[in-house]
Amino acid sequence: MNIEAPYSDKVMDHFNNPRNVGEIEVPDGVGMVGNPVCGDVMKLYLKVKDDRITDVRFQTFGCGAAIAVGSMVTEMVKGKTLEEAIIISNKKVAEALDGLPPAKMHCSLLAEDALKAAIEEYRAKQEGMADVQSEHHQED
Amino acid sequence: MEKIYLDNNATTPVRKEVLEVMFDLYRGVPGNPSSIHFFGRQARGYVDEARRKVASTIGAEPSEIIFTGGGTEADNLAIQGIAFSRQEKGNHIITQATEHNAVLHVCRFLEEQGFEVTYLPVSREGLVDPAEVERSIRPETILITVMTANNETGVIQPVEEIGELARVHRVPFHTDAIQALGKIPFSVQALKPDLASFSAHKVYGPKGVGVLYIRSGTRVRPLVYGGHHEGGNRPGTENVAGIVGFGRACELAIDELETEGERLRLLRDRLRSGILEKIPNVKRNGAPDLLLPNTLNMSFEFVEGEGILLGLETEGIAASTGSACTSDEPEPSHVLSAMGVPGVLAQGSIRFSLGRENTRKEIDYTITILAGVVRRLREISPFHPEEGS
Repeated sequence: MNIEAPYSDKVMDHFNNPRNVGEIEVPDGVGMVGNPVCGDVMKLYLKVKDDRITDVRFQTFGCGAAIAVGSMVTEMVKGKTLEEAIIISNKKVAEALDGLPPAKMHCSLLAEDALKAAIEEYRAKQEGMADVQSEHHQED
Repeated sequence: MEKIYLDNNATTPVRKEVLEVMFDLYRGVPGNPSSIHFFGRQARGYVDEARRKVASTIGAEPSEIIFTGGGTEADNLAIQGIAFSRQEKGNHIITQATEHNAVLHVCRFLEEQGFEVTYLPVSREGLVDPAEVERSIRPETILITVMTANNETGVIQPVEEIGELARVHRVPFHTDAIQALGKIPFSVQALKPDLASFSAHKVYGPKGVGVLYIRSGTRVRPLVYGGHHEGGNRPGTENVAGIVGFGRACELAIDELETEGERLRLLRDRLRSGILEKIPNVKRNGAPDLLLPNTLNMSFEFVEGEGILLGLETEGIAASTGSACTSDEPEPSHVLSAMGVPGVLAQGSIRFSLGRENTRKEIDYTITILAGVVRRLREISPFHPEEGS
């Protein structure tokens, strides 16, 4: 008899050998989403140069699916421009993992949300720096 | 890969001796116990014999044993059965926070029907305070229901004291003894409950068979109607092979209670000390001296339970987070929450429940694998403090 596996082989591969795990010491953007009491938290770190993601790391507190989506999304965004990265949806991440069980689809949102939060933080910092720079100019 | 099964509180494999008698029954005893011809009387004989075996296992009279379709049904029959047969006398029920959902969800249903339910809190160790039970008793209290031992933590409740209080105040007392049977001594003569629930598949018997002990003279309203079977308390043609399997499983469990209980306690303690030695930042859940001998519930800081289970499963080890019935729910275990275990820590909790097939080698292997899985998951976790900091 066929015993249905809880996750695809690809999910298990990313769970067992997650890519790009850890922190970036001086990140350009960081996003942290989720709620530990509900069992899922993801933190995503970005290094950005000329609007392109040059490095990305993630950390997850959560189930197997939450770990796999973190790993997968880092692979998907590395080398992409911010415009290309920010439109990556949770469905795309789940598809790249050959699907997730219906009860675990919410985990893929963690990846999308953490990525968006990190990009937004980066952009907010850029704007802040631009403001500071323009203020400096005014003072000059 | 050899598989290691550490989830015996969820269910146990049917043991060979039980399977053999069940097989003989299916093959050689085709009758309906209610039929008056030879085939019927033969089946009736087997059911009666099984009833005597279960009764003697718990110190009851055979007439006090009602076979049901499982433990959940036994809990339902006890609680709904008392509530609806005593609603003229009152509408108040006392239970406690760490009961199995087979009790809690029945209580919630009864609240919708106009009953009032007091859910007593438990201590950090998972124990109900009998004094609080007594303080909660009102003139309209018609039932006290407190489990003998908890499925998730193995914590054994002070049911003798609670039962004594119930008797003094003349309130019927029910205990869900499903996890206790076969693991610790249980006798209705010592405990004197009015009702007690049991399940065959937790003691190496078949699934789909339970027992409700109903003290002689206690009346319950049945859940279903349709015949005289089981004294009218549980109509329906008897699950003859299942009942006979339960009888045999009880007999074996009692024979082996002391030796197997001690063996499991040593194995469980070995698992516990191995984990504490090899893995930092681990917390034990439940009163350490008042636990079922086979059960260990531990919280692993900074990681989430399903990740641990998945890591263990990759290496052939089956354990569980919380109870098997709730493992699809993202909320932390209601049992650990009631014990004041913080939500994050509750999410990282694993139950190991040992059984007669487990060996020392398996336990040692589990400790090694678990240490590696937790270490790896902590490396991924954003909450794990840096080494040395």
